[in-house]
Amino acid sequence: MNNANNAMPASKKLDIIRTIGRPTVRDYIPMIFDDFFEMHGDRQFRDDGAILGGVAYFKGVPVTVIAQVKGRTLDENKQCNFGMPHPEGYRKALRLAHQAEKFHRPVICLVDTAGAFCGVDAEKRGQGEAIARSIMEFMELKTPVISIILGEGGSGGALAMCVCDELAMLENAIYSVISPRGFASILWKNAEREREAADIMHITADDLVSLKVCDHIIKESEGGAHTDPEQTAEYISEYIFEALKRNLQKGLDEMLNGRYNRFRTIGEFEETVPQA
Amino acid sequence: MQLEDLFSVVKTRFNNEFGDSEPRHGKTDIPKGLIFKCPRCSNNTFMEDFTANGKVCPRCNYHSRLTAAERLDITIDKESLVEFDKEMISKNPIDFPDYGKKQAELREKTGLKDAVITGRATIRGEKIVIIVMDSNYMMASMGSVVGEKIARAFEYATEHRLPVIAFTASGGARMQEGIVSLMQMAKTSGAVGRHSNAGLLYITVLTDPTTGGVTASFASLGDIIIAEPKVLIGFAGRRVIEGTIKQKLPDDFQSAEFMLENGFVDMIVERKKMRRTLAHLLKLHKPAPKGALSDE
Repeated sequence: MNNANNAMPASKKLDIIRTIGRPTVRDYIPMIFDDFFEMHGDRQFRDDGAILGGVAYFKGVPVTVIAQVKGRTLDENKQCNFGMPHPEGYRKALRLAHQAEKFHRPVICLVDTAGAFCGVDAEKRGQGEAIARSIMEFMELKTPVISIILGEGGSGGALAMCVCDELAMLENAIYSVISPRGFASILWKNAEREREAADIMHITADDLVSLKVCDHIIKESEGGAHTDPEQTAEYISEYIFEALKRNLQKGLDEMLNGRYNRFRTIGEFEETVPQA
Repeated sequence: MQLEDLFSVVKTRFNNEFGDSEPRHGKTDIPKGLIFKCPRCSNNTFMEDFTANGKVCPRCNYHSRLTAAERLDITIDKESLVEFDKEMISKNPIDFPDYGKKQAELREKTGLKDAVITGRATIRGEKIVIIVMDSNYMMASMGSVVGEKIARAFEYATEHRLPVIAFTASGGARMQEGIVSLMQMAKTSGAVGRHSNAGLLYITVLTDPTTGGVTASFASLGDIIIAEPKVLIGFAGRRVIEGTIKQKLPDDFQSAEFMLENGFVDMIVERKKMRRTLAHLLKLHKPAPKGALSDE
């Protein structure tokens, strides 16, 4: 990766990932996977258009793909609720993850959401519970999980699909505890200070590598993924190829302990008196 | 409206309802601390009567917030607490301006080191690991210390084969710790999962307010989920949702009763019955006595 991009502030990256024409999972899936077979529904309530999932081949290996969908047009956005899943979306993702576990397929999660949807129905159907269960059960899933943040990784809604053996981010992607806008309005009571918030929140791929939240940065085409989606898809494929090779050879205990410890070790605290 | 503008309304909620230290009844001329104004039914009660009633609104039965010390006092056996990780304090993982200073002030003011107390204790003689969150400390938001102490408490309980009882209260993730606070959701949920896989009991008691990243992690993962009457339980902030749908939500939205009706809470238990309810549930989860169901 070139250094100019490394030093790019988060607020500039916000512009890039919001560029109209930035590829979404609907663009990437046919470029990266073969014979994608889509599956629908959580078997409990309904199908959530914000989560797309199914089975496909990746270079001849059957994999389960679970993706958060952003729309490219207004119609697509209505269908996928602007990429903000409801509880049934997380339950659908978890159903497909357990299906992958049963058939010993690795899971590839493609993450791109501002956050889980905040609404009356989402609360009634237990948005909190759906995310909590997703986190807990992905942690114990007995098959490799690779997550890739393509654009926005917003809050618990993204984390629900980022409990994985390896997390990668596209070089302009962000991953944050809340959107920069939400951060600014909560802490400074002023949503307009969004760009300023983005720049102090440590949300770029480089920041997250140094915080040990992200393991790999995937290059985008020059100027951002929208300039050459095919090229960016190629970079993503190269990463998935290496990540699968690394993770498919792990034993079960090594894999599950590794996944647990990825999160167990994150946190900065001190103990002023040694433990008795 | 841009989708993210929904967040612009969050500030009202945080100012009026969930400020770090201001009582909710800030809009009156009566001196602070003399009157309790119920956030659910707006009834005014003299603080003395309210306190004598166990900090429960005498009109609508809203169960108000307790400090961790008050909670422990009415829950566990006297002097049974052996506290874990008493001296743990947070660093400043994303170098957030003034975070260290704010924490030092709060430690001074509240006597707490952070927003959770963990330890082992007994309830009517039954051994447990207990977790109590305290909303007086940064609205019990979850940062590194809260996450680490809770994960350690679950790991201790797993190792020593003890049940866990968690009294939750939280405004959600601790914004000042950025992504590190989000990761605590995975850390705590992972530790709950291991405790659960060991066949051990976890009871959560949702108290006012249980929201955001805590609702979306360990608070929602109990084998049994209890709530106190009328408390606020939810994922997203009420005003964020009101901003989305452009109308006012009914008063009982995101209440304990709302969660019970929608199937996310097992039972609502009044404060005065909590200790005996927990003791009863702990007993119910012990193996049947030898010789039960025998023909003799």
